[in-house]
Amino acid sequence: MTLRAASTFLYRRPAWYLALLLVPPLLWFGTVYLGSLFTLLWQSFYRIDDFTAQIVREPTLETYKLLVTQPANVDIVLRTLTMAVAVTIACALIALPIATYMARYARGRMKALFYVGVMLPMWTSYLVKVYAWRQLLAKEGIVAWAAGKLGLAGVLDAALAAPGIGGPSLSTSYLGMFLVFTYMWLPFMILPMAAALERVPGSLLQASADLGARPAQTFRNVVLPLAVPGIAAGSVFTFSLTLGDYVIPNVVGAPGYFIGMMVYVQQGTAGNIPLAAAFSVVPIVLIAVYLAIAKRFGAFDAL
Amino acid sequence: MVTEAMTSAIEFRAVSRIFGDVRAVDDVSFAIEPGEFFAMLGPSGSGKTSCLRLVAGFDAPDAGQVLLDGADVSSVPPYDRNVNTVFQDYALFPHMTVLENVAYGPRVKGVARGERETRAREMLDLVQLAPMGERRPAQLSGGQRQRVALARALINRPKVLLLDEPLGALDLKLREEMQIELKGLQKKLGITFVYVTHDQGEALSMADRVAVFNKGKIEQLAAPRELYSRPRTEFVARFVGSANVAPAALASTLGAAQAFAVRGENLTVHAADAGVPANALAAPGTVVAVQYHGAVTRWQVQLDGGEIWSAQVAEGREPAGLAMGSRVLLSWPRDSAVALTA
Repeated sequence: MTLRAASTFLYRRPAWYLALLLVPPLLWFGTVYLGSLFTLLWQSFYRIDDFTAQIVREPTLETYKLLVTQPANVDIVLRTLTMAVAVTIACALIALPIATYMARYARGRMKALFYVGVMLPMWTSYLVKVYAWRQLLAKEGIVAWAAGKLGLAGVLDAALAAPGIGGPSLSTSYLGMFLVFTYMWLPFMILPMAAALERVPGSLLQASADLGARPAQTFRNVVLPLAVPGIAAGSVFTFSLTLGDYVIPNVVGAPGYFIGMMVYVQQGTAGNIPLAAAFSVVPIVLIAVYLAIAKRFGAFDAL
Repeated sequence: MVTEAMTSAIEFRAVSRIFGDVRAVDDVSFAIEPGEFFAMLGPSGSGKTSCLRLVAGFDAPDAGQVLLDGADVSSVPPYDRNVNTVFQDYALFPHMTVLENVAYGPRVKGVARGERETRAREMLDLVQLAPMGERRPAQLSGGQRQRVALARALINRPKVLLLDEPLGALDLKLREEMQIELKGLQKKLGITFVYVTHDQGEALSMADRVAVFNKGKIEQLAAPRELYSRPRTEFVARFVGSANVAPAALASTLGAAQAFAVRGENLTVHAADAGVPANALAAPGTVVAVQYHGAVTRWQVQLDGGEIWSAQVAEGREPAGLAMGSRVLLSWPRDSAVALTA
């Protein structure tokens, strides 16, 4: 009886109903997600005392100054940024044909198969996959072995000899790290891209062809602009996941530090929470800049 | 070069299109003359839209040939055909302005920006949307979107304009206005219009000729007046004229040699014991419903053969003393019955 009265009361007062529904999750989200994030970020405005190694809790830009003036720190940011951009572009190029097939051509069981196939690798442990890749890419690993059998050893050696990205083997080079990153984040690009392409009505493509556009023109003028919000969403995933990751650079690749590793080291062994916090701000700023540029170029006009 | 007296704008030669077990278009042949307003009428799934897609080039026939202007285009892609389409959902590009939508045809053909925008503005003028050029399709009403779709399809100056249920999404009043406007536009531009619709009123009021589709075949192809007054098949009689049909079995009990159709306005409702008028045929039945429609009242009568017929009785001429459940006699002049072949 009281439940019924309460139902009637809430039905007549939608604002109360909404508040009852929203306040608990919003409190949780606001406190645990945003609250802790801002608490962390706030620490980037503290600094570490050089002599005592104690955190000085007074607002200052000293730590940021350290971040942008020390060449080693700038190198880390640039290295991570370059990797994130390269991984994002590679993922977008690989994902586009797959997502197009999934959204436009695959039907019924084939479509289900593709969606499950894209998600399946995400159901296994991330660490297992990273360590597996280290084995695959090792000097005596299956990739090098297959390249040798196929007579492509020269190609592999030439790639590994490339300055900056090469190294003694794939598993100890930036090239190898790039392969693992691309493998790891590809599903995060395919799924939003396929979702965006699914929403493009087939009649728009017919209308384009009807008005005289060849398939390449239809792709450039209609499909791509309408897929861009999906590409933007996917690239935010691949970009930010690469910027923040510290496991892959630890397990695979050359010894140079990445932002994620730096955060780990600074807040752990070095005990420099302010610098770790300042490094955490970098991906947020980079993604904000990236989104602003994307918006500027009309990436979200079709939303 | 051989020139014929008149090459058809569109010609279907024994065209079939088969999806699995379904013959969507089943051995269809017909020709549409240049400048004609041609309607394809039929219920959903009758093959009319499949035929339209074959003309536009979105689909290719499994058998037979589709000719445009005398040339076989069966395997020519849509972007190489001088045909444009107004889509049922309008298919306006949501990321472009109205002007960009209309200018899209010239744009993909490489026309310079200045010229294509001038032409697009002319087209917007033609459909009375000149001030709307900078808006997005999402900011327009249904009727306005319809006009943009029309302008966009006409800008390439096609020889043939295909319209796929173009007024289906509009409300009744707007639909009637657009019917008049479309017909006027077609007269003015002299373009061949192929108009797909499931609305028989629309087809009859606008088209020069109507092809009635049923199960992938054309049941009858004729001018609207003939289609209405002389339906050839039971399907056409029912679908186009909403006529009362006596199938062969019923017809034989009424003294007719073959199946026939009678329109409701030719039926008279009498009391059951009335005599049959001279030169008339009659059938006994029971009144199952009386519907008042203003100018006419429709008397639904279940004949003793089971068929339900609808008699239209003019205002002020209702039969006295009869009501729902009454036994009645329906009569019609002999010459008002149209013999049907199937």
